[in-house]
Amino acid sequence: MNFRHAKTFLLGALAASFLAALVASRINPYWLYIFYDIGISIVMAVSLNLINGYTGQFSLGHAGFMAVGAYTSAVITNQFGELNFFAANGIFAVALYAGGLAAALAGLLVGIPTLRLRGDYLAIVTLGFGEIIRVILQNMDKVGAARGLSVNHGWTNLFWTFGLAAVTIYVVASLVNSTYGRGFIAVHDDEVAAEAMGINTTKYKVTAFVIGAFFAGIAGGLYAHSKQFLTPGGFGFMQSITFVVMVILGGMGNTVGVILAAILLTLLPEGLRMLSGIEHLPGFTAERPLGWIGDTRMIIYSLLLIVLMLTRPQGLFSFRRKRN
Amino acid sequence: MTEFLQQLINGLAFGSILALIALGYTMVYGILRFINFAHGDVFMLGAFAGFYLAPKIAVVLPLPSIAGAFVVLGISMAVCAALGVLIERFAYRPLRKRPKLTVLITAIGVSLFLEYAGQFFFGAAPKKFPDILPVLPITKIGGLSLNSNQIIVLAVTLILLLALRFIVMKTRIGTAMRAVSFNPEAAALMGVNTDVVISFTFALGSALAAAAGILWAINYPSIDPLMGILPGLKAFVAAVLGGIGNLPGAALGGIIIGVTETLVSGYISSTYRDAIAFAVLILILLVKPSGLLGKKEIEKV
Amino acid sequence: MKIWPGQFLAAAAGAVLLAGCNQSASPGAGGDTIKIGEFASLTGSEATFGQSSHRGTQLAIDELNAGGGVLGKKIQLLTEDNQSQAGQSATVVRKLISSDGVAAILGEVASSRSLEAAPICQQNKVPMISPSSTNPKVTETGDYIFRVCFIDPFQGTVMANFARQTLKLQNVAVLKDVKSDYSLGLAKFFKEGVAAGGGRLAAEQNYSGGDKDFNAQLTAIKAANPDGIFVPGYYTEVGLIALQAKQLGITVPIFGGDGWESSSLVTIGGAALEGDYFSTHFSPEDTAPAVQNFVKSYQAKFNETPDAMAALGYDSAMMLADAMKKAGATDGAKVRDALAAEKNFPGVTGTITMDAHRDASKPAVILEIKNGAFKYVETVAP
Repeated sequence: MNFRHAKTFLLGALAASFLAALVASRINPYWLYIFYDIGISIVMAVSLNLINGYTGQFSLGHAGFMAVGAYTSAVITNQFGELNFFAANGIFAVALYAGGLAAALAGLLVGIPTLRLRGDYLAIVTLGFGEIIRVILQNMDKVGAARGLSVNHGWTNLFWTFGLAAVTIYVVASLVNSTYGRGFIAVHDDEVAAEAMGINTTKYKVTAFVIGAFFAGIAGGLYAHSKQFLTPGGFGFMQSITFVVMVILGGMGNTVGVILAAILLTLLPEGLRMLSGIEHLPGFTAERPLGWIGDTRMIIYSLLLIVLMLTRPQGLFSFRRKRN
Repeated sequence: MTEFLQQLINGLAFGSILALIALGYTMVYGILRFINFAHGDVFMLGAFAGFYLAPKIAVVLPLPSIAGAFVVLGISMAVCAALGVLIERFAYRPLRKRPKLTVLITAIGVSLFLEYAGQFFFGAAPKKFPDILPVLPITKIGGLSLNSNQIIVLAVTLILLLALRFIVMKTRIGTAMRAVSFNPEAAALMGVNTDVVISFTFALGSALAAAAGILWAINYPSIDPLMGILPGLKAFVAAVLGGIGNLPGAALGGIIIGVTETLVSGYISSTYRDAIAFAVLILILLVKPSGLLGKKEIEKV
Repeated sequence: MKIWPGQFLAAAAGAVLLAGCNQSASPGAGGDTIKIGEFASLTGSEATFGQSSHRGTQLAIDELNAGGGVLGKKIQLLTEDNQSQAGQSATVVRKLISSDGVAAILGEVASSRSLEAAPICQQNKVPMISPSSTNPKVTETGDYIFRVCFIDPFQGTVMANFARQTLKLQNVAVLKDVKSDYSLGLAKFFKEGVAAGGGRLAAEQNYSGGDKDFNAQLTAIKAANPDGIFVPGYYTEVGLIALQAKQLGITVPIFGGDGWESSSLVTIGGAALEGDYFSTHFSPEDTAPAVQNFVKSYQAKFNETPDAMAALGYDSAMMLADAMKKAGATDGAKVRDALAAEKNFPGVTGTITMDAHRDASKPAVILEIKNGAFKYVETVAP
């Protein structure tokens, strides 16, 4: 992000999401909640991009951190009954922040011992930690274990989702553009050379991991208060992979691309759903002429994924010179 | 004591199938340095190939019988080998010069495709895998139960591992595989046709996955299109545990995961069974970052 | 990388406007059809249950339409897939209610996914009938949420009493699926029932749905020497559990709940299941014409025997149609009242009466597996 514009962007986006939240009641709830999904995906993908894209550390456990944030914030807000507007949003802010901190702490615990591992080893270990978090939640009776946890308050709205998405984008963009942040890219480009130049690569990796986990935790809080029901199964490694796909499809280390990929991949399954629901098409006599898409929706989705990767391996939205 | 020995047998039988799947992972990784995420699904297709083949073969050969079982195994392995070559040719080869993560995403795409297409074409409900092996009476030695299928799994795993070792160490194509694994550019300059070697590796890896699929289905005769996910994941863990790219390491990793998982869930708690494989992996990698038998990569500056 | 704030704002505003135009459809029925929404796990890890349930529902709707529909209108069933994934049910149910304007919602098998959808239906005052979510919490969500299946406390207690009184078991082991809320719920109430009846819990082991190897758990159970094993799981695993138990030399009876009911159970488990028991909704030996017709037309249409999930899916749709007829309208509040007043509804899964908690009150039957078929043992009234 052009740094001069970063603050303008942040303020503008915050104002826009506030205005959007005001007219939210006019939006069809189905689409409103899809927008929440999009915002949450953006937070997840952009924060993962800091770890995977900019710092080059392949993490497959992002959904685990999301789970930590989701459960932490839900447990906090479930302590409260009905609140007025200001109290509710105040408590929600605190709960989201707490969820982020809990996830960051988990990120630190996972990061310190494991980040000296390289490449695929790191990938499988982060995947492992994500699964361990899921299995632990599945056995915690206090949060409902496999029965799931009902979240009493649906406090997520357009202001919180897109406001926090903007904050995530701002923080990640400012970070990698700062003098300090150049270290992340150095670690990505050549770890050995970076080390030789006196960069404490482990510290950078852990920092990226903790910040990434923090925002994943926040996204978890948003998710919890939008879906209002949590099960450990919702945070398995397939979820982590969905976010990795967004990062890679967007073009690693390209924030705009990753945002667009997050939007695209969240809308794609719903778009296919819409196609299959079309009742009549000009030129077709049958009812629901595209109904077959409903049965084969996920097959089409996976084929599209393969084709997109084969045709645009540098990332869907990467129009610039590739860094290495 | 009897219980402990029984658990050990359970663990070995389970672990040896994981080992077979892990071998496929590790071979592809050794040559291409990328995780073939669709491997677990090729394993699933192996089982389904056997499922659809068995009634056809039963027309020619009596089933269940040892000969019939071997024909089913052989044809399923051939089918999956061809499939593996096709997957590599169309989904992975175009991206060979690209960063490994790009290939990983197409691998995930292939994996999802095989799973969802499997649910669409085979149906989501679990199917009974036909009895292709004669069921021998369960052997009981002093309270221990050992069934004939478990022994066959152990034996076939051992035979396939030895055969693989022979191919990799003693044959021309094996030498070429090792050369490509060591340095693909140099191997190409020395006249090794890397495309052929890579196709061969995929064929071999997928055939192993199919063999594992059939053996798995003989032991656990309920097959469904998502059956490959969990064993695939655990086998992948096993491959990394043993040192990814290292053949005996993958076999060792599979056995370790199988035995530990069984012992821990039998004696400590079965609640955390799914987490055990990962916990073992993390502990071992913290001590030996490149796996049990893996070579430490030399840093090139 | 460059982002211009203006671009972002324009995009955001555009998106909001676009969505704003997509105003929600008028609720209830429009034109000559009644829209009913169904959400189901048609793909993903629990597709086999979701598809069964969906087939049952589809069969009911087809039969209703063949008989002239409801209130003189044809029923249009809109089915959305949630891929067995958490978070998806909330999305699709919102779509069904606010975009498609359905009059009622049918779904789901898994309680965790029904619990995602129930608050949305309640909020929009759209009646929802869950065919087979057994967690008591589902209907506790509010007065618009109903179910046609047993709840965990009832079935758990039925099996505990059966174990203690009919099978005369002293020491029972439990092997449950920690991934499934259904299994956890049944296990909990079964254990309470056994303890209340003076029995002892010999061992408790767990597995995760999708597992195929149960040797470790079964070996540990064998060492505890129980005189019966309660497996409150689904047929997808139970067949393999029975097989492996027999291979390990376990001869005591294994028993479970309605999750067992499927022809796949015996196909996979075979002879290993002989002499095992489970509780369910109806006996295939039942000569009631409703049951026989259902089994016959299901086989004709889908070329397989219906399992419990299919029968419950069928009943959920039939009961909804019945309530709409009684209410004489498709209006949410009126259908709700009619549903709540359902008494002695002749379902294929038994005669259903809605109790004060909107749960189906109906007898359970206990079946024994004999010569590869399900044989009637006894009926337990609620």
